This record gives sequence, C-alpha cells and structure tokens, in this order.
Amino acid sequence: MSRDSLQIDTNGQLRHFLSISGLNRQLLIDILDTAESFAGVTEQTVKKVPLLRGKTIVNLFFEASTRTRTTFELAAKRLSADVLNINVTQSSASKGETLLDTLRNLEAMHVDMFVVRHADSGAAHFIASNVAPHVSVINAGDGRHSHPTQAMLDMFTIRRVKGPDFGRLRVAIVGDIMHSRVARSQINALNLLNTGEVRIVAPRTLIPTHAESLGTHVFHDLQEGIKDADVIIMLRLQRERMQGALLPSEHEYFELFGLTEDKLANASPDVTVMHPGPINRGVEMDSEVADGPRSVILEQVTHGIAVRMAVMSMAMSPRDTAAGQPHAG
Amino acid sequence: MPVERIQHRIRISGGRVIDPANKVDVIQDIYVAGGKIVALGAAPDGFTADAEIDAGKQIVCPGLVDVCARLREPGQEHKATIASESQAAASGGITTLCCPPDTSPVIDTPAVTEFIRLRAEAAGKARIVTLAALTQELKGEQLSEMAALKKAGCVGVSNAMQPLLNPLVQRRALEYAATFDLTVFLYPNDHWLANNGCAHEGRVATRLGLPGIPEAAETAAVARDLALIEQTGVRAHFCRLTTGRAAQMVARARYDGAAITADVATPYLYLTEVDISEFDSRCHLLPPLRTVEDRQRLRDALQTGTLSAICSDHQPHEADAKLGTFPSTEPGISGLDSLLPLGLQLVDEQVITLPDLIHRLTAGPAKILGLPYGTLSVGAIADICIFNPEMTWQLTTASMQSRGHNTPFMGREFKGRVTHTLLDGNRVYSLG
Repeated sequence: MSRDSLQIDTNGQLRHFLSISGLNRQLLIDILDTAESFAGVTEQTVKKVPLLRGKTIVNLFFEASTRTRTTFELAAKRLSADVLNINVTQSSASKGETLLDTLRNLEAMHVDMFVVRHADSGAAHFIASNVAPHVSVINAGDGRHSHPTQAMLDMFTIRRVKGPDFGRLRVAIVGDIMHSRVARSQINALNLLNTGEVRIVAPRTLIPTHAESLGTHVFHDLQEGIKDADVIIMLRLQRERMQGALLPSEHEYFELFGLTEDKLANASPDVTVMHPGPINRGVEMDSEVADGPRSVILEQVTHGIAVRMAVMSMAMSPRDTAAGQPHAG
Repeated sequence: MPVERIQHRIRISGGRVIDPANKVDVIQDIYVAGGKIVALGAAPDGFTADAEIDAGKQIVCPGLVDVCARLREPGQEHKATIASESQAAASGGITTLCCPPDTSPVIDTPAVTEFIRLRAEAAGKARIVTLAALTQELKGEQLSEMAALKKAGCVGVSNAMQPLLNPLVQRRALEYAATFDLTVFLYPNDHWLANNGCAHEGRVATRLGLPGIPEAAETAAVARDLALIEQTGVRAHFCRLTTGRAAQMVARARYDGAAITADVATPYLYLTEVDISEFDSRCHLLPPLRTVEDRQRLRDALQTGTLSAICSDHQPHEADAKLGTFPSTEPGISGLDSLLPLGLQLVDEQVITLPDLIHRLTAGPAKILGLPYGTLSVGAIADICIFNPEMTWQLTTASMQSRGHNTPFMGREFKGRVTHTLLDGNRVYSLG
C-alpha cells in the first residue's frame, strides 16, 4: 500500500498524518493556512474552540518527550477534546505486551485519535495500517524517519517571518542529519514548498548515505554551508553521539559546527535562526545567538500548538467513512 | 515412527530428462528400482514396472538440493516443524535440505543431529542433512567437537549468523575443521559494521530513516574470511552473498585457485531495497535486500557459475513475528514453496538457461555439500523431481505448504509446477 492512500482518503482529505513525503504541496499550504486561523485562537483570553468536543485523543508515547507531548496536549484541549496521556515505556511494553495488543486495548475504549511517538522508524505507519477505520493517527516522531508536525511548525515559522514565497529562500540545516527525523521531514517539506535551495551541513559521520537523493546540497564546512543563507536550522546533538565514534568531542564539534555571532556574518544579513529544541548551549550554538534578535526559537514552540491544532482538526474533520480505504496491512 | 519403505519399480516415461551433471537433455524414459536409477532410455532386461509415471511434456530432473533451510525444530516448533517443512520441500521438488546449526539447542552435540535425523526419517518426505556448529553454542569462543559431529553425520561446520568476533578463534576453528576435511560454511557479515541495522545502507534506508547495513559489512567479512581461508587451507563455502562486490571478490579468489564456492538465495535475485517500499516487514531480511545493481551482478555471477547454487534461505515464521514496526520484526522469508518457480522465472527472463538453472538447484549444491545426490546417473539414488513447465498456479495461503506464510510473493502467479517428487525411489509427492 502506498503512503498516499494511507494518509489521504479518496476525497484528498487528510486521514492520518504520518510523514511529509506522500503529501502534496496544496495540502501543506492548507495545513499552514488552517494553523494561521488557529494562531488567533491561541492568542485570545478564551483559548478554546469546540471543534473536537466529545472526541477522545490518546497521546501514546513509547519514548520520553516533554515539549512535543505538552504541545499536543494543549492543542487537543484547545480543540475541546478529551486527552489521555499514556507513557508506554513504563507500562505494558515492559510486561511483554505487543504493540498491536496495546493498540487493540486502547481502541476498545473508543478512542478517536492516536498521537504516537516511538523509537522505531515506521511505527506510526504500522499503527495507522492496523487501527479501525474511524481512528486517525498523528505521528509525533518515529525513530529516525519522520516528525511531520515539527517540520510543519518550522514551515509555519519560516512563512510568518519570510513570507509565502519559499522559492527565493536558501535554507541550511546544520547538525546530526543522520539520526534526525526532524531533518528528514524538514527537507521533504521544504522541497514540497519549492524552496530555492536546501542545504545540509555536518561532518561526514552525521550525513546519511545518498543524502542528495533527499533533495539537498551537502556541505561539510559551516561557513560555506551557511553562506548567504536566509534561514539556518540548527539540530540538537545527542550527547551519546560522542560514544559511537561519530565525533571526537563536543569541543571540536562546537569549534567547527557550532553557530556563533562571528560565523553568522557569512549568512544573509536578515538571516533567521531556528532550533527544534531543546538546545545544548555551547554545543550547537552560543547563547548569544540562541537568545539574539535573529532567533525565533521560542516562536517555534508557540506555533507548535496552532500547527498541531490544524493537523488534528483536519485529520478528524467529518468525512464519509464508507469512502475510506480499508487499512488492513 | 519410521515409514515403511516399499521399493517400487517405477517407469517414468516420455519426459524431457535434464541432468546437468551428465550434460543430459533428452526425451527418454527412466527406470527406478530398489531406490536407485537402474536405466535410462531402454528398459533393463526383465524389468517390469509396478508403477508408471507419465511425464509427457514435463521435465524430469534430479531432486532439488537446498543448501540452507531453517526447519525451526528443535526449539521453535511454533514457527514450523521438520514434518511440516519436509512436506513443503516434497511438494516443491526438493529432496535434500541442509539445516544450519542455529537451532535451539544448537547443533553442537551429536545428540541434536541425531534428533533431527530421527525426526526427518519419521516424516519421511525429505532428506535432511545438518551443519554442525563451528564453535560451542555458536558463541565464537570454544571450538565444537567437530570430529564427533562429523562422525554423527554433519556435512560441514558453520557459525551460522552468529559472529566470530575474534579472528584468532576463527583461524583456529578453520584449521581444526581442515584437520577433519570439513567444509566451513561462512556467513560473511561484519558484526560491528552491520551495527544492528535492518536495511541496506542506501537510498531507501536514508529516506525511511532505517538503521543501515553497509555493503562493507559483507565485503570486509569476505576479505577477512578469504585471508584466513588462504592461511589455513580449509575448504570453504560462502553462504548467501548479497552484494555484487562480494561476488566479484569470490570470483577473483576462485580464479586465483582458492578452494571456495558461494551461493545466493532466491529473494536476492528478485527483490531489492526498493521493495521495502513503506516498511513492508515481509521484505525485512538479514542480510538485507540490496540495490538494483547488486541484484544484476548476482544474476551475472549465477550465470557465470561464481555462484554455483541457489538456495531458498527458508525462514518460516508465525504471523506475529512480522506484525510490528519494521526494525522489531523478525527477518527472513519462507522460501521452500517458491524455490523452483522463482528459478524458472529466471529462465523466462533469459538470465540463465534451463539446464544451468537445474544445475544450480541440484548438482551445484550437492557438490558444495559433498553429497552424491543431484544427478540422474545410472546407479544413483533415485531422488527425482518432475515438473510441468507450462502449468500456472498462484501462491496463496491455501496453496502454500510451508507452515510459515511470511513471503512477499504471496498472491504471485507462477509458471511451472512440480507434479511428482521421488525420494530414494519412493513417491513422496504427487500433485492433485
């Protein structure tokens, strides 16, 4: 089964939100426009809309997360849905229950949507292939594969700051591309939105093989990679990468790939600096840059709520379930 | 319970007899008596058949020999049993199966190999030979009692998919095996470079974010193995090459006179990394499916004979083993049912001639295993496969004989179907 038919129903509407690849440009723009309308809601004193009243959403997290889970929870509550947080690492998985059993049990409680995070690539896809036809699945991060809501909130932030024409933008993504689901989704989204140039910048140990096939230009030198960039997205560097012989030390990494005010001089004068968080200050970037005027890191977090509201409401908008595809794997 | 063996006198008439070991490809009759082939062409004096098989418009060839099939017994009977998989082999025209030592318990004592032999005899549908563990419990530390295991009937030694981390242990194991004239079956895969990956390190793994296994995991292992084979003078066989480069290394070493052979498994001749598509766990194999170019180079190496056997690499699973996230599912394809039909597709695609294909499925693997089967010579054991090359059929959960239904070829329409299988001159399968 192709990813298109799994994510999009026969009417072209969003059914599940699993990855950026498999979607089309218009759908991404619809998500951004819908998020724009919700951004107003989140700024009002009464921050709720009744769109998903009576719906039950389960945050099914097989991997620890604070920021993503919290913003999903807030987004669901602002849509008036009932939210249940389940941290599976601490419950049934340790008792030997299979992923499918966990899913079946929760489904029996008449859940309408699963928001899933899992350490294995393809987990959200697997769950979406196995849920009942009326249940929607939102991917909140699967292995190294995809983190599509993060990518969409980044696109939302870029559009707000730079305007809707991605074609004139040069975007550089810096850091651990190899292990990053965020980077894969960002690259897909930027390319679908016809971004002028997508660059990735890292030492060879952190660049996956055939990275060009994702639609990127590969750089191993930060100064060259961010030259004339309009947007720089810094990725979080997991500390455990030092143990796997991928990097010699945080010190050398920061020297070569850490973003400082000095190095920023190579970028476009009105460059915007982003980071999906949480930041390792002094590893990926200086505090001076993170807290500086070019940084939109906190706006990204705020936008995360509106974008997640948009995706959840679109995936659960009333639809003819009879027209939906059967989803037996 | 041993099956009573009635030694029939059988005439197989009118078939196109293909026996690559003897360069035979002619329409003629075959006469079987006492479990052996007694004559080709004209009946021996005084021969009276008590059974006749009309093989008109069919192909008669030696019973297939599969150098690598996991039968899951002992240890994983919830996946399959020797009885269930012997039946699947018989219906696929396979008369000899070689079982690698990674059963549970491991084949590192004569008792386990004896157990397998008894179960195979009780099932009575296929001959099962075993490889003994190269090291105790396949741990890569202590040598196994190879002399005793050889005496118990093991046809070679192998550490299966378990790594030999220490090259010194590997050297000693190869030397010890050479002492007893045992062939060592090597699965070239560098444990550290494979790094617990689950897909070929290439475009698809990059797109899907799956931990990759680089080509070098195979080629680095082949390079080390070749150096130690040369050092020790052991006779060695490379199991299931998956990369074009490794096949090239083996071809070069053979040209230089190394006493080595190599095989390929059917899935790698058809499928590539692209078939993983969107996390299709049925295409989760170890070693992983490689690139389109690798597949082509494996086909070339099969044609030239660098790869002298095609095996099923049969790994039956229960349904649950494939239900999960791609990295968490168990690797492997259930391959006995599709070994011959997939091979015949290679002939259709003009990758290989029919006699050469049959060679790679019979005499080629028999030679690797040092067994006298895989030929239709007069006096040979009457292990015979008869198939109708034009008959089409579909692989479905109903038609599949293996207990494991884990195959990406499910639903596939095949051309060429086995109609009769003889083992030791006894009919162990007849279609319909």
